[in-house]
Amino acid sequence: MDLLRFLPLMLEGAWVTAQITALALLLALVMGFTAALMRLSRYRLLRGVATVYVEVFRGTSALVQLFWMFYVLPHFGVNIDPFMVGWVALGLNIGAYGAEVIRGAIQAVPKGQYEATIAVNMTRWQAMYRVIIPQAIPNMIPPWGNLSIELLKATSLVSLITIADLTFRARQLNDRTFETVEIFTLVLLMYLAMALVITAGMRLLEHYTSRGLGRGGI
Amino acid sequence: MLKTIENSAAVTQAADQNQSTPPMVRFDKVTKRFGDLVVLNALDLDVAPNERVAIIGPSGSGKSTLLRLLMTLETPNEGVIYVEGEPLNMMPRNGKLVPADERHIRRVRQRIGMVFQHFHLFPHMSALGNVIEAPIHVLGLSRQEAVTRGEELLEMVGLVDKRDQRPSQLSGGQQQRVAIARSLAMRPDIMLFDEVTSALDPELVGEVLSTIRRIGEEHNITMLIVTHEMGFAKEFADRVCFFDEGKICEQGPAKELLTNPQNPRTQRFLQAVLG
Repeated sequence: MDLLRFLPLMLEGAWVTAQITALALLLALVMGFTAALMRLSRYRLLRGVATVYVEVFRGTSALVQLFWMFYVLPHFGVNIDPFMVGWVALGLNIGAYGAEVIRGAIQAVPKGQYEATIAVNMTRWQAMYRVIIPQAIPNMIPPWGNLSIELLKATSLVSLITIADLTFRARQLNDRTFETVEIFTLVLLMYLAMALVITAGMRLLEHYTSRGLGRGGI
Repeated sequence: MLKTIENSAAVTQAADQNQSTPPMVRFDKVTKRFGDLVVLNALDLDVAPNERVAIIGPSGSGKSTLLRLLMTLETPNEGVIYVEGEPLNMMPRNGKLVPADERHIRRVRQRIGMVFQHFHLFPHMSALGNVIEAPIHVLGLSRQEAVTRGEELLEMVGLVDKRDQRPSQLSGGQQQRVAIARSLAMRPDIMLFDEVTSALDPELVGEVLSTIRRIGEEHNITMLIVTHEMGFAKEFADRVCFFDEGKICEQGPAKELLTNPQNPRTQRFLQAVLG
């Protein structure tokens, strides 16, 4: 078995995959929260902008979005380095799904909680971040776990825009050695391992954020 | 203790200055509709400073809506609500009244607090956290001030030993007492109680009612109380308003109205409730 001799290059690729996943996830969270709050705004313009964002990025494929930013943007004089194209495109894509998850979780907080914030004269903004969002977070964690794993798997697309991620390295090694079975089995296991890390992280987060809310597992 | 002496003196003084003192709360021809359903029908109601008004009536008569309008949880379709002479749902601009913006509403509603049937405590905060949250972030008290006051209030409602418990660890009666403390912590001049004992097990009703009695003894607060507890209304309220079909059908001094109602509808309602 010469799995070991593949490992250094594969780990290098896995590190790139992990970085892109982490950066894209961060961007997705920012975009998701922003778009969700905009969609819940009183102002039609904000709601409209957020709706366009969500529909465009949910309604087109992540691969096309990547290619578009990679091949089309340079025609408009916008040159972004491929690594950044990778995490920005995926972050925007997952953020559009995340926005709906966040909006749903916020709207699922009982109406009485909003009324209580009015009765103690909070501003709408204070109500949102002091009372409503803290209660919505435990509900959004499981779907965000799903999205994070979707994102991890979608990062393999960046191998098509010259980024040397895990999938890119696997194809490179395969082209060179033709040890297809070993290489792709190893890749599979490495993605699985990363996904399990995400799952474990989300579970911890869920446990931590729902403490004392009087719900959660029996 | 929580209201200053000067304040209560000022109120007495103001009351002495004859009727030119505006009522603490005034509903001026207020109508509220939900779709085609008229919930409040051109309602007029004045509540004097420190008056305790019990509001009774069948369900759907508009009594909760009255409180919800005053708390600005709903907006009237027509009419103006005043808080001590100042319009709440409207604001003056160029000599006319226009629909109030959020800033105006927040300034006037600062004086009003509300306790709900289902408590609506913040589940992610401790009992004390519930009581100090708004004083710190809305009134701008220092944390230390807010905690000192919050503990005083929890002491008053008999729950200072539960200060670190989450709402889910408290009984319904205890949750409602925390909710009362949370409301008082905002130093309201007007407190609204919306069927605050209706969701409680019968044996827990007493502790909440005696908490309200205690507030009545220790604070100068105007109270509007929607309730089904006729015994409590009779002994605690100054006035009782019987609501039916979006209007005040009959009103009068509590003991008089509850023992000797004049209107046949009031008589029927009380007969049904008191058995």
